[in-house]
Amino acid sequence: MTGNESVNKFLLEAKNITKKFGEFTANDQVSIGLVAGEIHALLGENGAGKSTLVKMMYGALQPTSGDLYWNGEKVVVNNPAAARKLGVGMVFQHFSLFESLSVIENISLAIAEEADLALLAEKISRVSREYGLPLEPHAIVADLSVGERQRIEIVRCLLQEPKLLIMDEPTAVLTPQEADQLFVTLRKLAGEGVAILYISHRLEEVRQLCHDATILRMGKVVDNVDPQEETAQSLAQLMVGTAIHKIESVSDKQFGKILLRTRSLSLESDMQFGVDLMDINLEVKAGEVLAIAGIAGNGQGELFDALSGEMRVSKPDIIELNGVACGTRGIRFRRNCEAAFAPEERLGHGAVPSFRLSENVVLTRHNSDKNLVNFGFMDHKLVRAIADRVAKKRDVRTSKADPEASSLSGGNLQKFIVGRELDRKPKVLIVNQPTWGVDAGAAAMIRQALINCAARGAAVLVISQDLDEIFEVADSIAVISRGQLSDIYTANEMTYEKVGLLMAGAHEKPTKHVGNLQDNMAGRT
Amino acid sequence: MIGIEAVILTIITASTPLLLAAIGELVVERSGVLNLGVEGMMVMGAVCGFIATYYSGSLILGVVAAILAGVLMSLLFGLLTQTFVTNQMATGLALTILCLGLSGLVGEPFTGLPGAKLPALYIPYLTDIPYIGKIIFGQDALVYLSLILVFFVQYVLFRTRVGLIIRAVGDSHVSAHALGYNVVRVRYLCIMFGGACAGLAGGYLSLAYTPQWIENMTSGRGWIALALVVFATWMPRRILFGAYLFGTVWIMGLYVQGIGLGIPSQLLSALPYIVTIIALVIISRNKQLTKLNTPACLGQQFVPDR
Repeated sequence: MTGNESVNKFLLEAKNITKKFGEFTANDQVSIGLVAGEIHALLGENGAGKSTLVKMMYGALQPTSGDLYWNGEKVVVNNPAAARKLGVGMVFQHFSLFESLSVIENISLAIAEEADLALLAEKISRVSREYGLPLEPHAIVADLSVGERQRIEIVRCLLQEPKLLIMDEPTAVLTPQEADQLFVTLRKLAGEGVAILYISHRLEEVRQLCHDATILRMGKVVDNVDPQEETAQSLAQLMVGTAIHKIESVSDKQFGKILLRTRSLSLESDMQFGVDLMDINLEVKAGEVLAIAGIAGNGQGELFDALSGEMRVSKPDIIELNGVACGTRGIRFRRNCEAAFAPEERLGHGAVPSFRLSENVVLTRHNSDKNLVNFGFMDHKLVRAIADRVAKKRDVRTSKADPEASSLSGGNLQKFIVGRELDRKPKVLIVNQPTWGVDAGAAAMIRQALINCAARGAAVLVISQDLDEIFEVADSIAVISRGQLSDIYTANEMTYEKVGLLMAGAHEKPTKHVGNLQDNMAGRT
Repeated sequence: MIGIEAVILTIITASTPLLLAAIGELVVERSGVLNLGVEGMMVMGAVCGFIATYYSGSLILGVVAAILAGVLMSLLFGLLTQTFVTNQMATGLALTILCLGLSGLVGEPFTGLPGAKLPALYIPYLTDIPYIGKIIFGQDALVYLSLILVFFVQYVLFRTRVGLIIRAVGDSHVSAHALGYNVVRVRYLCIMFGGACAGLAGGYLSLAYTPQWIENMTSGRGWIALALVVFATWMPRRILFGAYLFGTVWIMGLYVQGIGLGIPSQLLSALPYIVTIIALVIISRNKQLTKLNTPACLGQQFVPDR
């Protein structure tokens, strides 16, 4: 019987797993088998049901129907502790770390009963040495880079000697060099017989790294392929189901005068774990797209806030928008300088979740478009027309006319928000992470819109952590790390490697609070 | 002329209820919950403690009743904010309003009746040491308990696994949940501890500070305790400092008023607030330390996902 064979073959097998959230089916009859010593990719667009599936494997969710088999035996994973007991370790996409605690405290929280911290510190050093994951046990997490934080998560898993390691988009926050280092560790683990479930939408790295790939679309398994025999293009096709819009860049560009400029922009963050901006100088000309790369949490949010006017700086001429010095002026004034802004967070920052799209139009344009509001009363017809126009132009798919912002999917809402700003025909457009968490189709449309906006003569500043996106849209590229901006390079002279080095802080001037962990570790080994 | 000894004794009794209430609220806030009902839980502790002692004649029963009253009220808060996920700030305020009214109602027949007072400790020889004997060895038991509590909380929060879990839950309830910790349960327990401390603080007022029941006898001490927690940047030892500083300036103000130096009484009553805030702001200048000690999830609602 084949059943017996599969017992021996699969470490963890999910059979016909279905998960429903109310009416919505997140996973529909999903089956997947993971083999010890193999790196298995789980591919799919946002919302395809990848996270739901692994959460059930990790015990954070319970399937509506279907079963999990561990070494051929049927198991019920009631909670993460039960999963850890089986030997399942998980590295989360949004780290499950405690910022104000030290590395060792974070790790000890995940380990059942490790009372002796000194012993644990020793274990941490041993494992981190063994797998090339340098860590300082007593450092506070808030002071660490994203790459270092990920190492904590991985070491935390490894200490429990997992037989299955689930990694949810591990490289999304890493520099290319850090990613390469991670692959070395993962291959070593697989070589030792650990099964690895690797979730990613970076198809090139899946092709390099993985032995097997299962592709999810709309909650269903659409295919199971050998990634080494596929191309990135063919994998993408499987994920999306249709061909993806190819970005067309404008040939033979002419740049005009400088429309966005900062002069020695420094700003102290008022957030709990914020990043201070240090001496940022940038210029964007009419017709130019400047992309700022960088790992999340290196001052991108603060830079956006400073440019949009949510945080003001000390002198007017530190920030110049469309020729007007407006460093000390607020958002409203800056919008009136024909500048437009689209923040990173869609719900709650870019749009009010419970408001209709038309009402959200008024929120950002009430002052710059005088006719929207008359004597304090909204012109409903006009704003509704704008909302409809934006939705139509940007292909925003809605379930009803003028819905609440929260009812739109991430990609559709992002298309609307970017569209709302573009609809004003701004001279300066500043967007932060325009396609974060957006499906590939919508992402391609948004990127094309940014390029077209610049071609129309606007200065466009794109802050993004997606390197593919940066190379697709940018005319010039700069990198931000720990609140410091590198020099600005033209896109032609940049490579992934070069950007990666800058992301890791190659351009940083030494400051007092930057403790260099690598140096410490190097000194020890 | 009033002896310095007597002044110090009044300072200690004035500071103890603040210290008790604040140290409890500190634990609650460390777990990420903001309970603005401290004043209410205190006043319920005061009235229940007084009534229990009045009927039973036992001070111990009174203290237990005060603690239970605080815990019961905090459970109501926990039920609403943790189980039914209501807004913590609104719920806390409502709790205080409810308790002020409720305590007035049940305490009405007892208003102004003479009550029993917690006895001061007497250790032969030691308490008899001149000047310092009565101050160090002659307080009532709750004064010592309040001091022990500060160091106990300090130890538990920063040296034990339980404390680590409490701080973790307050720092990121999402992460704590992902690791398999029962965020709601941890918070319930912390809320109950805070309730017990607030009830005890109220009981101290009606059983030791002024052994009788007067409506609204907490007169804002719960709010001061809340403020102390914030200005002490969630660190137990700073709460000890803040509570005693507040008590000292307050009592000194009363004495100055008694002597009659012609300083406006309003200024004198405002002084403890001003001095305490300034002092605590100065000691928490270290921004980095403050950042690390502020519970990042404070006041945020948490619903474990399905």
